[in-house]
Amino acid sequence: MLAYIVRRILATIPVMAIVALFVFSLLYIAPGDPAAVIAGDQASQADIEKIRTNLGLDRPFLVRFGEWSFRLVQGDLGTSMFTGLPVTELIRQRLEPTLSLMVLTLFLAILFAVPMGVIAAAKAGSWIDRLLMAFAVAGFSVPVFVVGYLLAYVFALQLEWLPVQGYTPIARGFWPWLENLILPAIALGFIYIALIARITRATMLEVLSQDYVRTARAKGLGQGSILFLHALKNAAVPIVTVIGIGVALLIGGAVVTESVFAIPGLGRLTIDAIVRRDYPVIQGIVLMFSFIYVLVNLAVDLIYTALDPRIQY
Amino acid sequence: MTPEITSPALARQTQAPSGRAAVELPDIVPPVKVRHGLAGFAYRHPTMAVGGGMLLLLVAMALLAPFLGTGDPSAIAPAKRNRPPSAENWFGTDAYGKDIYTRVIYGARISLIVGFAVAILSSAIGLGIGLVSGFIRWADGLIMRVMDGLMSIPPILLAVALMALTRASVENVVLAITIAEIPRVSRLVRGVVLSLREQPYVDAAIACGTSTPRIILRHILPNTIAPLTVQATYICASAMITEAILSFIGAGVPPTIAPSWGNIMADGRTLWQVKPYIIFFPAVFLSLTVLAVNLLGDGLRDAVDPRMAKRL
Repeated sequence: MLAYIVRRILATIPVMAIVALFVFSLLYIAPGDPAAVIAGDQASQADIEKIRTNLGLDRPFLVRFGEWSFRLVQGDLGTSMFTGLPVTELIRQRLEPTLSLMVLTLFLAILFAVPMGVIAAAKAGSWIDRLLMAFAVAGFSVPVFVVGYLLAYVFALQLEWLPVQGYTPIARGFWPWLENLILPAIALGFIYIALIARITRATMLEVLSQDYVRTARAKGLGQGSILFLHALKNAAVPIVTVIGIGVALLIGGAVVTESVFAIPGLGRLTIDAIVRRDYPVIQGIVLMFSFIYVLVNLAVDLIYTALDPRIQY
Repeated sequence: MTPEITSPALARQTQAPSGRAAVELPDIVPPVKVRHGLAGFAYRHPTMAVGGGMLLLLVAMALLAPFLGTGDPSAIAPAKRNRPPSAENWFGTDAYGKDIYTRVIYGARISLIVGFAVAILSSAIGLGIGLVSGFIRWADGLIMRVMDGLMSIPPILLAVALMALTRASVENVVLAITIAEIPRVSRLVRGVVLSLREQPYVDAAIACGTSTPRIILRHILPNTIAPLTVQATYICASAMITEAILSFIGAGVPPTIAPSWGNIMADGRTLWQVKPYIIFFPAVFLSLTVLAVNLLGDGLRDAVDPRMAKRL
C-alpha cells in the first residue's frame, strides 16, 4: 500500500516534466515571431530585440530550457514583463479568491450532483429522471458566462438578494465571503454538476442491475440504504474519476466567472496579462494550474484504493 | 375448457391437426408501420433530427447573413449609441452604435467555422496519432506520456497561452483550440484500436500475411469512424464554447476582424447592468447553437451504440 502510494507520487514527476517542457516550448511552437507579437504593432526593432532577450529567444533552446527548469524547481516562475514583480508573488496575491471559488464550487457540485444522479437512476424513465437529464444537456450547452450573467441579473439586479459583483476575503467573516461567492459558484458549477450527475446516473444504473442489489432487496433493506450505502459505494470509482477530470473545466471556467462577477483572482490576473501581452505571467498561471490538476488527479488515484480494495497496487 | 390462444402463430398451429376452422382471432400485435424518408428518420432518431434541423437552420442563417435584413456589421453610428431593441434595430445597438442584430447574425459564421474546423482537424490528427499509438507498441509508451502531459494542461489555458504568442486571427484560434483537443481524440482512437487488434479477424488477417498498413487501413480504421464521429460532434460543441470564452476574455477573435458571439458579449461587458440586451442576444444564439450540436451528438451516439442509449 505504502509502496503503491510512493510509486504513484513518483509517477507524477515525469508528467509534470512533460507539462513543463511543453509549456516552455510553446514559445517555439507558436507560428510567427512571438517577440514581435508581444511587442505589439507600434514597437520599434529595438523593443522587439529587448523582448527577445528578455524571453531568452536569442539563446539556444536547450540552454534556455535548462536554466528555466532549474529555476522552476526552486519555485521561481520568472518576472512579469509589465510590473517587474516576480510571477510567484503576483499569483500569491490573487490566489485566495480563485481557490475559494473553486473549492466552494467543488463542494456545492458534489453536494447536488451525486444525489441528483442517484435519484435519476433510482427512478429511471420517470419524469424526474427526464427532467434531471434535460438539465444535464442544458448544462453542457449553456456557457458559464451566460449562466453567470443570467444568475446575476435575476438574483442580484432584479431580486436584490445577493451582491452583484465583488469579493470579500474570508478573514472578514464567513457570511460576507459566502454571499459574494454563491452566485459565481453556482454559475461555474453548472456544467460540472451536469457532468457528475450524468456519470453518477449511468454508473448507478449499471450497479443497480447487479445480483447483490437484488439480494439486498430480498433481505428487506430499505431503498435509501440500498442506494446510498450498497450501490453508491460500488459506483464511486467512475464518479470520483469524473470529479477529478472535471477540475479542468473548473479551472478554465474560473477565469471567465471571475470576469463576470469582478472577482480579483487569478482570472483577473490572466485577463490583464492577455491585454498587456505579459507572457511570463500567463506561462506561470498555466504551469501552476496544470500542476494543481496533476495533483488533483493524483489524489483521485489514491482515493481509489480507499474506495475499492480490489484495485491492485 | 379450451386454452386461450394468444397469438396468430399459435392459432394456425391448433387449427391444422383438427381440421376445424379456427375462431377468428383479433391480431394482438399491432401492424408495424414502416416510415420512410425524412419523417421516418425523425421518428426513429428524434434527438438527431431536432439537433440536425436546428444546426441546418443556423448554417443557413450564417450563409445568408447579408440577405437577412442586416447592414454592415462594422458600421458605426455615433448618433445611435446604446439604443434598446426597436423596430429599426431589432436587438438594439452597442456603445459605438453598431447594430447588434447584424453582428449577431454575422457572428454565427465565426462560431460555426471554428466549431467545424476544430472538429475536423483535431479528429484527423488525433486519428493518425491514435492509430500509430495503438498499433505500434514501441511508439505507444512515448506518445501516451506526451498526451498525458498535454491533457494535464486545462484546454482553455493552453489556448490562452498559444493566443498570447500569436497574432489574433480566426486561423490561430482554430489552431490553438485544435492543439488542446488532440490528446482526447488520440486516447479515444487508441482505446478502440487496442480492443480491435485483439479481435479474431485481425489475427486472421495477420495469419494471411496482410501487411500492417493494410490491416490498419482496411480492418481497423473503418471501425474507429463511428465513435470518432460522435466524439467530433462533442468537440465541435466544446470548441464553440472555447472560442466564445477566448473572444470574451480578449484572447480570441478581436472585434476588428469579425463579430463573434464572444466578442459582442465582451463589448457589452462594462454596460451589462444597464444594457443587458447587448449580452442577451449573442448568449441565446450561442447556447442554442451549442445545444443543437450536443443534441446531434447525443442522437448519433444512441444510433451508433443502442446499448448505451438506454443508460445515458
